[in-house]
Amino acid sequence: MSKFKKNKSGEQPAISTASLPDIVFMLLFFFMVTTVMREQDLLVKVSPPEATEAEKIDRKDLVSYIYIGSPIEKLKATYGSAPRIQLNDQFATKEQIAEYVEVERQKINEAERPLITFSLKVDKDCEMGVVTDVKQELRKAQALKINYSSRKTDKIK
Amino acid sequence: MARRGLPEINAGSMADIAFLLLIFFLVTTTMDVDKGLLRKLPPPVDEPQNEDIKIKQRNILEILINANDQLLVESDYIQVTQLREKAKEFIVNPRDREDMPEKEAKDITGVGNVMVSKQVVSLQNDRGTSYGMYIKVQNELIAAYNEVRDEESKKRFGKVFKDLNEDQQKIIKEIYPQRISEAEPKNIGTK
Repeated sequence: MSKFKKNKSGEQPAISTASLPDIVFMLLFFFMVTTVMREQDLLVKVSPPEATEAEKIDRKDLVSYIYIGSPIEKLKATYGSAPRIQLNDQFATKEQIAEYVEVERQKINEAERPLITFSLKVDKDCEMGVVTDVKQELRKAQALKINYSSRKTDKIK
Repeated sequence: MARRGLPEINAGSMADIAFLLLIFFLVTTTMDVDKGLLRKLPPPVDEPQNEDIKIKQRNILEILINANDQLLVESDYIQVTQLREKAKEFIVNPRDREDMPEKEAKDITGVGNVMVSKQVVSLQNDRGTSYGMYIKVQNELIAAYNEVRDEESKKRFGKVFKDLNEDQQKIIKEIYPQRISEAEPKNIGTK
């Protein structure tokens, strides 16, 4: 009597798919953990400049964003193509930055407030004038830690 | 009573449900981590200071960018690609040249007396300079400092800067402090 009986019919046995859910769940959890939902719609077109020395920001919860660039295609008819500042979900003027800084500061617990970083997401074709204005406003509002958002590359063309 | 046991729940559709969720998260996920050049702005000054802090000309590396994205370093017109070498030479001043920054003996805890250069990099751009160019210059300057620090770290501790422990990093930072000062931009060439 052999322990290893041949399949009587000689057909290939079906591959068990019982572990398929496990594999899918594994992937699912991976994406659930890594996912970041987009918080806001961009009203300005931003293609960040490239830099070799770009560093990762380690505390994402302490970062607030300021977008600067010309309005997206859809809005060009209404707003023109001059560079604009976007805070939260709408266009802003530079005078509103101080207020924005204050609001963002309040969101963070008191001990960590000095660590707040403002990340400037600026289009690379934008002129420095408007960026300088924003920087001056940030200085006035005592928000001195800033980050020039840029893409990491190995070599600058 | 001889129970037969509960009939098993068919788990065949579990995969379908999980797939559905998986696809949702696949679509919504954005994996970009924000990267960039971290800088510190100088604190605001209340009133314009009349008395300038005097820094000797030889201690300043003057960098100007005009509205056409051209670069002027110490009155030489150069390309961005040359800037890194130039900045490195300025920061280290290896041959103790007369027109490069002076050095001063400084007592640093842990290593004793070290000659520390009094270098300051001064950057001024125009309001019409493109942001891309500005970042390129900033990037080259930071790269110059990083390379100089790496070299010093290898010489002293045999490791690159980012592999050093906190105390060692502090020592290197004291020997080569990053001093990039930005002047208020001029407004000449706004388009």
